[in-house]
Amino acid sequence: MQADQGPLPVQPFKRYVEIGRVALVNYGKEYGRLVVIVDVIDQNRALVDAPDIVRGQMNFKRLSLTDIKIDIPRVPKKKTLIDAMEAADVKNKWEKSSWGRKLIVQKRRASLNDFDRFKVMLAKIKRGGAIRQELAKLKKENAA
Amino acid sequence: MIKLFSRRRFDMVAFRFHQYQVVGRALPTAADEHPKIYRMKLWATNEVRAKSKFWYFLRKLKKVKKSNGQVLAINEIFERKPTKIKNYGIWLRYQSRTGYHNMYKEYRDTTLNGAVEQMYNEMASRHRVRHHCIQIIKTATIPSKLCKRESTKQFHDSKIKFPLVFKKVRPPTRKLKTTYKASRPNLFM
Repeated sequence: MQADQGPLPVQPFKRYVEIGRVALVNYGKEYGRLVVIVDVIDQNRALVDAPDIVRGQMNFKRLSLTDIKIDIPRVPKKKTLIDAMEAADVKNKWEKSSWGRKLIVQKRRASLNDFDRFKVMLAKIKRGGAIRQELAKLKKENAA
Repeated sequence: MIKLFSRRRFDMVAFRFHQYQVVGRALPTAADEHPKIYRMKLWATNEVRAKSKFWYFLRKLKKVKKSNGQVLAINEIFERKPTKIKNYGIWLRYQSRTGYHNMYKEYRDTTLNGAVEQMYNEMASRHRVRHHCIQIIKTATIPSKLCKRESTKQFHDSKIKFPLVFKKVRPPTRKLKTTYKASRPNLFM
């Protein structure tokens, strides 16, 4: 696998399947969970682990690779994995990344109740009004 | 102390082929009070089939049939370490359109049942052999040094690294599947 990357000076791929790569599960029962690739079984499957699940195999089709990679040996013990995830601060890095933030916003929006949606409506109207005021000011300055 | 029952397992898909241990012997007769007990490990989809397979193989090896024998025990064998990746070697005998052949195949999997299922699927696809024409002679866990097939040996790399080249775009649940999409998906990872 690594030998094939020799002749090309710049690879178009930035995220690799490797031991320690953090991935998001995008299908199935564990949808939305961040897991760490702990070993590669074969071309289609990886051994995957997370602090609160039993280590198991998962098809690459169910994983979306992220930019985060942690430093672990091949198939680490649970405690080693948890310590490495703490050291790399995976949770914070994920929640600060734009992908992670978008998912948090989606979840928040999906969990709004009717009163919250009413508050959002009022806030949107207020924001729209403020934008239109500024626009009107700029138009007046431009016209003048 | 790791409490396994409180954590969720997500990869225990239903195996089609289960491994059974069947123990049986000929019925005791006046001539032979304590007939020899034979034990066999085999793969079948259920217990009933396992017992039937047991008699099929035992008939070929010893002079005993189901009508003059008894099954003493049948137990399902489960994987001891389903979280450890192993290289499985499977020796099999299969019937092709022109005769019987032996084969040795290697698979990388976490469980033996998974490897056997891979084998059945591969034999069906590569050689058009249906599962009833396959007899498993022997299975073994092979240490990495003794693997023979390049396709398993290429994963024996502690610093394995490869990109996923093609992103499969699919909705997170089958309920959200639609026949038509508004725009073409971006397949770059």
